[in-house]
Amino acid sequence: MAVPILKQGEYLIASIQSAMTDGEALRLRDDLVRQVGRFRSRGIIVDVTALDVLDSFAARSLSTIAHMTRLRGAATVIVGVQPEVAFAMVQLGLAFEDIHTALDLEEGLQFLDSRTGSG
Amino acid sequence: MTTSADPVRIVIVDDADIVSARQQGRETAEKLGLSATESTLVATAISEIARNIMSHAGEGEIAIHMVAVEGARGIEVVARDDGPGIADIERAMQDGYSTGPGLGLGLPGARRLMDEFDVTSEVGVGTTVVMRKWCSK
Repeated sequence: MAVPILKQGEYLIASIQSAMTDGEALRLRDDLVRQVGRFRSRGIIVDVTALDVLDSFAARSLSTIAHMTRLRGAATVIVGVQPEVAFAMVQLGLAFEDIHTALDLEEGLQFLDSRTGSG
Repeated sequence: MTTSADPVRIVIVDDADIVSARQQGRETAEKLGLSATESTLVATAISEIARNIMSHAGEGEIAIHMVAVEGARGIEVVARDDGPGIADIERAMQDGYSTGPGLGLGLPGARRLMDEFDVTSEVGVGTTVVMRKWCSK
């Protein structure tokens, strides 16, 4: 199932609804990189609240989204990493060190507003 | 050690099987009474190992058992493939060492998530990973 992407003003919001396969993660990456150009978006939020596992492939896909869309002029913030998922990621050796994260959608929007000077 | 008679077996052929394997692992872990955090660790480890099968061997199988020894209960995951095998296991267990498209976190990462972890491999024959997590309560 493709991850739905909502356009809200200058931002794109991708809410992952259920467990994501590797193929779906790559599709999300491609869709977001394309839509940033189409809608001239300044910011992207990827909501991972529904994910009960974030393994190395998913984490790398999210990092790649952040890096690729930055090159297209948009800031990305990952929101909703669950506490158990955060614990497992750290044990695994993944820390999302080079990408922005926020607790939830609200904080993510605040972060983007402060980055893009809107709001 | 006693092993449950009928393990759950998941054939790993494509990326949807990785998701099924980790969901089955979580289900079994929760059934055993592992905490939400422990179950997440197990599911994440299975995800890494299942992806290793796909990237390196193309296909394989994951079997999930409940195990018991001296009153302790736990989950045992056996991942098997007939792939190219690992020439240098010691190196494959190091962070960041990868011969595939991944981050090189698969084996060492999964080992950190589980309580017990063992890899046997023969070049040209295949690889077997056995990993366990025990119920902490």
